[in-house]
Amino acid sequence: MSHRLPEPDRPWMMRTYAGHSTAAMSNALYRGNLAKGQTGLSVAFDLPTQTGYDPDDPLAHGEVGKVGVPVAHLGDMRALMDGIPLGDMNTSMTINATAAWLLALYVVAAEEQNVEARSLQGTTQNDIVKEFLARGTYAFPPGPSMRLIADMIAYTVTEVPKWNPINICSYHLQEAGATPVQEIAYAMSNAIAVLDAVAERVPAERMGAVFSRISFFVNAGVRFVEEHAKLRAMGVLWEEIGRERYGIDDERALRFRYGVQVNSLGLTEQQPENNVQRIVLEALAVTLGRDARARAIQLPAWNEALGLPRPWDQQWSLRIQQVLAYETDLLEYPDLFEGSKVMDGLVAELLEGARAELAVVAEHGGAVEAVSYMKAALVDSHRDRIRRIESGELTVVGINRYTESEPSPLATGEDGGILTVDPGVEAEQRAALRAWREARDASAVDAALAELARVAGSDENIMGPTLACARAGVTTGEWARTLREAFGEYRAPTGVGEATAGVRGSGSVELDVVRDEVERVGEALGRTLKILVGKPGLDGHSNGAEQIAVRARDAGMDVVYDGIRLTPAQIAKSALDEGVHVIGLSILSGSHRELIPTVLEALAAAGVDAPVVVGGIIPDADVAPLKEAGVARIYTPKDFELTRIMRDIVALVAERNGIAAPA
Amino acid sequence: MSDDGAALAGRLRGGDLTAAPAVLNLVENRSSARRPEIDALLRGVAPAALGGEAPGHVVGVTGPPGVGKSTLLSALVAAWRAAGRSVAVLAVDPSSKRSGGALLGDRARIVYDPEDTAVFIRSTAAGSRLGGLAPSTRAAAAALAAAFDVVVIETVGVGQSETEVAEVADTVAVVVQPGSGDALQFIKSGIMEVPDVLVVTKADLGQVALRTRRDLSAALRSLGERGTPVVAVSSIAPVQGVDELIAALDEHRAGLDVAARRLAARRAGALADVAAEHGEAGLRAVGGRRGAERLLAREDEGADVPTLVAALEAAAR
Repeated sequence: MSHRLPEPDRPWMMRTYAGHSTAAMSNALYRGNLAKGQTGLSVAFDLPTQTGYDPDDPLAHGEVGKVGVPVAHLGDMRALMDGIPLGDMNTSMTINATAAWLLALYVVAAEEQNVEARSLQGTTQNDIVKEFLARGTYAFPPGPSMRLIADMIAYTVTEVPKWNPINICSYHLQEAGATPVQEIAYAMSNAIAVLDAVAERVPAERMGAVFSRISFFVNAGVRFVEEHAKLRAMGVLWEEIGRERYGIDDERALRFRYGVQVNSLGLTEQQPENNVQRIVLEALAVTLGRDARARAIQLPAWNEALGLPRPWDQQWSLRIQQVLAYETDLLEYPDLFEGSKVMDGLVAELLEGARAELAVVAEHGGAVEAVSYMKAALVDSHRDRIRRIESGELTVVGINRYTESEPSPLATGEDGGILTVDPGVEAEQRAALRAWREARDASAVDAALAELARVAGSDENIMGPTLACARAGVTTGEWARTLREAFGEYRAPTGVGEATAGVRGSGSVELDVVRDEVERVGEALGRTLKILVGKPGLDGHSNGAEQIAVRARDAGMDVVYDGIRLTPAQIAKSALDEGVHVIGLSILSGSHRELIPTVLEALAAAGVDAPVVVGGIIPDADVAPLKEAGVARIYTPKDFELTRIMRDIVALVAERNGIAAPA
Repeated sequence: MSDDGAALAGRLRGGDLTAAPAVLNLVENRSSARRPEIDALLRGVAPAALGGEAPGHVVGVTGPPGVGKSTLLSALVAAWRAAGRSVAVLAVDPSSKRSGGALLGDRARIVYDPEDTAVFIRSTAAGSRLGGLAPSTRAAAAALAAAFDVVVIETVGVGQSETEVAEVADTVAVVVQPGSGDALQFIKSGIMEVPDVLVVTKADLGQVALRTRRDLSAALRSLGERGTPVVAVSSIAPVQGVDELIAALDEHRAGLDVAARRLAARRAGALADVAAEHGEAGLRAVGGRRGAERLLAREDEGADVPTLVAALEAAAR
């Protein structure tokens, strides 16, 4: 084989994960991005849309338009895609629990543009297992959730044949702390669970088509050589699974296809400019070797650990892709690693580990049954990662080495270097929703919802009545509520209970010191120091809260961990009933300015006077208002030393209870 | 509102459910300075003060991890509330005490309306033994039974561990899941006491659940325990069997000599307190467990736990 390609490859699909405030504002953002040379769309939905609540639901408070665009009905989808020719577009939607609904809205919006479903191209993320494991935007129990996914796949394979109905995500597993081996094994186990579920719903001869429509959404960290090996290993395993488990022999169908968003976990708040080179290197991990190159790439922005990125920040990330694809010679060569001893060795090593871990998951009865096992394993891996950063074993420049820094001019502008969503958006959306409900034909809505409920209780495909609901003007919250009533609600395992207990003497000396202090303060209080760790709002990114819960337990505290999606009233009731000495809240969705004061009011109304500490992505500008509202301590990503946070919390409890400092 | 023991007892006697958090904060307090307050609280809810046994129904719910106890409790709490009964849940958590700390409430959350003051849930770390009670659980159950209609003690374990909860509860329900033969084996071999009610969860699994229920019923019949109800429930939609379970619990309570069971609970509680405070040596000083039981049998039947403890301690001197 020649060392040059006869013709350079076409570049991958370039996207930016975007959306905020309203459908109209997001539409303007998309048009701007496309004008800048972006070649596909990647829609970020807000948390109420992702979890199936309307903007006027109490649980949606503070979350509307924050981490993405609110789409509450067909009118919002129309506005979002206004003037964008859907027949030519390739749209990726990060949507899971409510994927069937958002796909239906997209299909109907396309119909109105006279574009038929057959020609639509794009992806719905639709991977529920990783929502249970890492991301938290699930709505229904595992069984019905898998059924919705299988229904969608059965529908798209015949009706929207160019659509990727599911993106098996290993991305969020790495964000939750997965090692490369875990990332490979859990993603593959997950894909097997999905394929097995679909196999029950489509004729055997269509499984080849189904297999070829399954794509992956992966992560790439800064250890970019090993990360590239990981992708090659996934390709090998995927082909093996296709041949051996599903009897597929069409080479094209067996190809491992993936899109990527590179690592956000490793992005730092300190010296945030360093994130740019991290992102570039991570982009290399998914492009360097032709045999395992991404089909679509979206890069995070340099300021993700600070807050929401602005259009300019996203443009910078798009330009990284464009320089890589159009300026460098990367696309002119065949696979760079063919015959490489190092690469082959790494791939073999990862394959061996992944096969062993796949077998463990299979022993648990497959990915759905093994959610608890995998979750606990991830919490353990994440804890190990934090421990290695704390101890300096793992170098993170600007965090635990080379921390001296000139002030960064990037984050000093009037906006603090981030995008702030206008808090007026929520009221605006609520009013728009009221108008929408008044303008529609109520009896058509009732009929469509009744039919949805009937099909939910049968084994017919859910897509038919879902499309009818979309046309009738049903809202996101109404669609999801109907299914919640039929399927029941669910709470995923937190993984913290099964996480290995830290034993005295096994951790750091600092931790032993904190334990002594926890014990001393507990003696003075008469009870073991008790902390409530909770996540208000709809944000499901619970990795940070879980690590705090586990470390507090290891420091000797009694920890009430109530998990995600708590209302302020639930937090207040739990704090009161459980008699906790301190309350720790975690929010990453940017809704802290609305939610935290509401929680504080609920606590005061319940007569709880325990101090409240808050952790999350809290921009500097928000610190003073939160402290004024009564928050005792605020921790952001730069406070990575959990043991120090624990020491701080014990001191706070001692101070509030009039316990003197240790002699 | 005062938080001293006598005042708290007064609030409980008056049916003030909002006293519960303060009651638990007090009984969980281990410092000796608070001991007199705890004693005052328990005296204030003893039969002498109430004019009879506390009216609440103390229900023990126990079973191995992962069997669906919390989901079951969600359904039970909802059904009890729908019937207008107030409920307190004392969840005794088995989490590791290796680090000295514990993760509590890491179970399927018991779902209820946070504005509803007639539901109270407190989770407490168990002692060192799986399935054992937390040191404060006995006192908490005795106190809350004066105000709440139902007091649930949730513990984790299967085998001998439910003996301890049986000492405290009026009615013990052991929860098992379909397909697990443990409970069956334990009952047959006599490792496990026959519970008052057996619950098979996950009835939505259909045949497996029905078979488990059948096997358990057969095992009970072979032991001559025909009266023990075996109830199959599904806590997930569509919920089934919960009303039947409540009826079984109520029926057991209706047929129970509550005074005798509570008397035994108070005496067992006093023994446990003395053992915890003075160790086995303390018990030997009053002639071991048998000797202590004889001493306790001489005390007034309505005597509260602190009085019984004081009697044992006096005899040891």
